[in-house]
Amino acid sequence: MAATTSTPVDLSAALVMTPTALADWLVVLPPALMIGLGAVLMMLRHRIRLHGPIAIAGLALLVLIDALLLWKVLAEGPVTMVMGRWLPPFGIAFSVDVFGAVMALVSAVVALAAAVAALSDISDSGLRYGFFPFLLLLMAGVSGAFLTGDIFNLYVWFEVLLISSFGLLILGSEREQIDGAMKYAVLNLLGTTFFLIAVGYLYAVFGTLNMADLVLKVRSASGAPLMTLSALFILAFAMKAAAFPVNFWLPASYHTPRITVSALFGGLLTKIGIYALLRVMVMLFPLQTEELSLVVAVVAALTMVLAALSMIAQNDLRRLAGYAVIAGIGNMMAGIAIGSVAGLSGAIFYALHSILAMTALYLVIGRAAALTGQWTLQSIGGIYARQPGFAFVSLALFFAVAGLPPFSGLWPKIVLVKASLDIGAWWLAGSILLSGFLSTIALGRVFLFAYWRPAAVPLAVPARLDWRAFGPILALVLLITGFGLFPEWPLALSQQAAGGLLDPSAYIGSVFPTGGAQ
Amino acid sequence: MNTLIFRTVAPFLTALMILFSVFVLLRGHNEPGGGFIGGLIAASAFAIYGIAYGVAAVRRAIRFHPMSIAGFGLLLSTVSGLVSVLLGVPFMTGLWIYPHLFGVEVPLSSVMTFDIGVYLVVVGAITSIALALEEKESD
Repeated sequence: MAATTSTPVDLSAALVMTPTALADWLVVLPPALMIGLGAVLMMLRHRIRLHGPIAIAGLALLVLIDALLLWKVLAEGPVTMVMGRWLPPFGIAFSVDVFGAVMALVSAVVALAAAVAALSDISDSGLRYGFFPFLLLLMAGVSGAFLTGDIFNLYVWFEVLLISSFGLLILGSEREQIDGAMKYAVLNLLGTTFFLIAVGYLYAVFGTLNMADLVLKVRSASGAPLMTLSALFILAFAMKAAAFPVNFWLPASYHTPRITVSALFGGLLTKIGIYALLRVMVMLFPLQTEELSLVVAVVAALTMVLAALSMIAQNDLRRLAGYAVIAGIGNMMAGIAIGSVAGLSGAIFYALHSILAMTALYLVIGRAAALTGQWTLQSIGGIYARQPGFAFVSLALFFAVAGLPPFSGLWPKIVLVKASLDIGAWWLAGSILLSGFLSTIALGRVFLFAYWRPAAVPLAVPARLDWRAFGPILALVLLITGFGLFPEWPLALSQQAAGGLLDPSAYIGSVFPTGGAQ
Repeated sequence: MNTLIFRTVAPFLTALMILFSVFVLLRGHNEPGGGFIGGLIAASAFAIYGIAYGVAAVRRAIRFHPMSIAGFGLLLSTVSGLVSVLLGVPFMTGLWIYPHLFGVEVPLSSVMTFDIGVYLVVVGAITSIALALEEKESD
């Protein structure tokens, strides 16, 4: 057994010897807190009245932690903590730069909003099936994915959030849900398997999984099969992000679960694919990303235009929202294809906007359906007459999703269009504008039919404002409006995040403070 | 499956397997074994008992719901990682104490509590799956 040894051992060759500052714990606290609280809720699985308050308090704490983390990263640059005190690249590192911190913060805000909305949407049986424990474990996976600095660890967090999302998807075990979950599970597992194969290959070639270490090793590599690796990673993450040829799982599954679950998925899950694409492709394989940029650009253009066309074709509101999520993915992929600081910051800004706006869109649709009892455009109607305030907030959100001023959807699109014109890709700029125009028509139709048109059957239920349902929507729309009116702050953050991806020297410096193990 | 021989042997087999699972769990620090495989052995033991005497007997015997056991294990593992905050070392650093119990040095560590957590997660999760499957069969 490991008893005290008599011979002196130089521990500094293997272990971190400097004491860890308390503030560094912010890096690992988000996933640890979420897993711990999720475990507590699992133990209290029959006390369903306690689930809501504990989860909401925990998520509020998560927002606070992520905000402190972002503040620390902005003030001091990237922060790293290595698990088990082992020196990187051998210990698993959690490394946070501006990009990871800002994504984690916005996701936590959205999860908090969804948890509050769940109070009025998830039934007692849904709670007994474990909605809140699943939600917290999902957030553990999401936070972990944004904060980790190890590519295999990223895969593990993907699995954590995937398994929690299976649980959330079949909450209630209806026939339709099992059908949707099957498609979702099979295609996502396929995507994750590609990811795993690529990670295994990467490890076989470079012998390391730490992302900072990989950046250095890839730079000095010669004759390594980098193109194959890049293609595998792009395929895997495009599947996760629901990009065009491999996106049919999303509209097939996102309309089946409870609307709060759809809101969480629409806001968070696809954006994690985009995050991984930016982190792995742009940071690790910048040259290969540039070579593949035409492929990515064509995929992006097809994704956004076809998704916007599909939005117009939909009758079910939830399916329409699913295509709205995909149209946004096209815009973000366009930013990745452009590849300049402007393009990447446009993609990151769009991701932040999309996390907030897509969650709000699903919640609005759920509220509209709760008010009228209808999910389809042909039968829904009369919301404006019943709740003009809610209609006003919805209209603001529809403007934001379509990318009209003065809301947050406008600015990333402007940045992306300008960046694509700068590199002479007029067709990419054209498809961004076309997709925005088609989305405007589709959402205009929704407003026309669902809000302005009088209800076909007089609605019996009295129209009272339920703050537990309306509050989260209002908060998200206020955030979106704030981003739209004062775009300097999120734009500056996005630019800083994009700069950190293109020149990861600060990120590498936080993992290897003494100049590296090279 | 419900023969006299099986029902006579099952309690002994279950007791033996659970003892062995704890042995495998504790052995796992330096030799092959550990929480995961130990948990699988214990879960198999509960499954065997369930096949012989029915699911209700297992649920009574383990007192807590399997999912609560899994939840406790997850919490224990997380807390084992977090205690290193008190010593100013990073998350999940192995911490050791060497108390003398009855004249024998017993090395205890946060690594061990983490592994016990893994053991409980596996016992809880696999037992709850096994019991759910056996329940369906006996309906």
